[in-house]
Amino acid sequence: MKMEKEAVVIGGGPAGLAAATALRKAGIEDVLVLEREADLGGILLQCIHNGFGLHRFKEELTGPEYAERYIDLVQEQGIECWTNSCVLDIIRGDMRHEVIVLSTEHGLVRINARAVVLAMGCRERNRGNINIPGSRPAGIMTAGTAQKLVNIFGYLPGREVAILGSGDIGLIMARRMTWEGAHIKGVVEIQNYPGGLNRNIVQCLNDFHIPMYLSHTISNIYGSRRVESIDVSPLDHRMEPQQQDRFNVKCDTLLLSVGLIPESELSLRAGIPLDQVTKGAQVDQDLMTMVPGIFSCGNVLHVHDLVDWVSEESEACGAAAAIYIKEGWKPTETIPIHKGNLVRYVLPGQVRTGRDALLSLRPMVPADKVTLRVTSDTGDLLHKKKFIKVFPSEMIRERVKMIPEGTKFIQVSFEESEVK
Amino acid sequence: MNKELICINCPQGCPLQIEHDEKNIIAVAGNKCKRGITYAEHEIFNPVRMVTTTMRIDGASIPQIPIKTQSPVPRECTMGVIEQASKVRLTAPVKVGEVVLANVLNTGVDLLATRSLGEVVTA
Repeated sequence: MKMEKEAVVIGGGPAGLAAATALRKAGIEDVLVLEREADLGGILLQCIHNGFGLHRFKEELTGPEYAERYIDLVQEQGIECWTNSCVLDIIRGDMRHEVIVLSTEHGLVRINARAVVLAMGCRERNRGNINIPGSRPAGIMTAGTAQKLVNIFGYLPGREVAILGSGDIGLIMARRMTWEGAHIKGVVEIQNYPGGLNRNIVQCLNDFHIPMYLSHTISNIYGSRRVESIDVSPLDHRMEPQQQDRFNVKCDTLLLSVGLIPESELSLRAGIPLDQVTKGAQVDQDLMTMVPGIFSCGNVLHVHDLVDWVSEESEACGAAAAIYIKEGWKPTETIPIHKGNLVRYVLPGQVRTGRDALLSLRPMVPADKVTLRVTSDTGDLLHKKKFIKVFPSEMIRERVKMIPEGTKFIQVSFEESEVK
Repeated sequence: MNKELICINCPQGCPLQIEHDEKNIIAVAGNKCKRGITYAEHEIFNPVRMVTTTMRIDGASIPQIPIKTQSPVPRECTMGVIEQASKVRLTAPVKVGEVVLANVLNTGVDLLATRSLGEVVTA
């Protein structure tokens, strides 16, 4: 079957839903959201803990409640959404693009779209990506898989659980599984600082006296059919495991909370250039990729800490896609944004001059008393912001009010704050 | 007496320095908003926590529905709340915000559904 749409949004999670509402609000009637799961809502449906929406709704909501706010909006506005519909391919074109989707209800459909919004979210890094030595027994899974098994399907996937990675997903699952009767042996973290929010260290670990081993790694996994134990080794200052000081922890389950990777398979197939650090698409300040008419937002663009910012970013993305559809697009030159001192990544990677730009960035390492400086090639200071503390786990978002015409490139860096 | 705590009210996680005696808070420093002071008062004398868990549901597209305590309950009660919730079996449809268990463990706090699940009619 073939059809034409003005805008196709790939992904019905918080990013896709927010982009769709923004497209509709800007007057684009013909919007279609494609979601591969049976329900809209994305990963929020399994994030049953609270902490969402403090900025967006001024209320503390659980993940499913936050999702339902947007699902209600989308339904109220009568925006067409196909669930159980998996996009197989995107074929880029000049003026229009083709989206090939396999839908339980509609069959195999080729959709000819003026604009496409990539909002596919992330997948989790797995054991294979980080090469933990040892045998390959059952009982090793990502924290998100355990979350889905516990929260959606009602299974307890293990009883004596070790967790690698102190990011929020790992901490949240430490608490969740304890509440459901498991015993968490400990959380192992390779950095010398925890990856997740302080509040989660308190309410997920300290409340249950779960030990956290900073600057440690898991150097071996034992077990034939099922995990039997793991070796935990301290790391030296060069992050090398000191196996001679290893200790063994008996467990039947290992949860991995070791990072998220944007779900960029479709982007790669469509020939959309990716950023080497974020692993999401390269975009300009309108969140348009290097392929005109294909936009990107949410976790597939770069991993977020707060869904509130996903919504804000995705609404801006939808609004920009609407302008592209209504007014067309005159290719203007972009100038690059260079990463300076201590900057792990900055988004967008390129901007058009004569306009503002919202910069999203993360520092390489935690740092105290630093100033973010945004400068042009002529040395002009375009934006400055002082920080008492910065963390890689806390995204920084700053709006540069004006990038003057004629600027050739922009540099973003952290410098030590001047002591007054 | 002095105590250092991290406020858990919002993702900021402000480190608090609290001065108190056996019955009263004398001073709180480090909070970025008023909720930090309320948190300090509770946490020293009567720690409370929100509980988010799931409940069994029949007749919906999935077997579990997410729920939460409407407001925080005493920290010692959290496992008891989970246990009470595990004894309840709901039937679809359930709407977000609906009370699924009232006054859990006599705390005066209700358990609410945090997701709407419709009834799935199987042919």
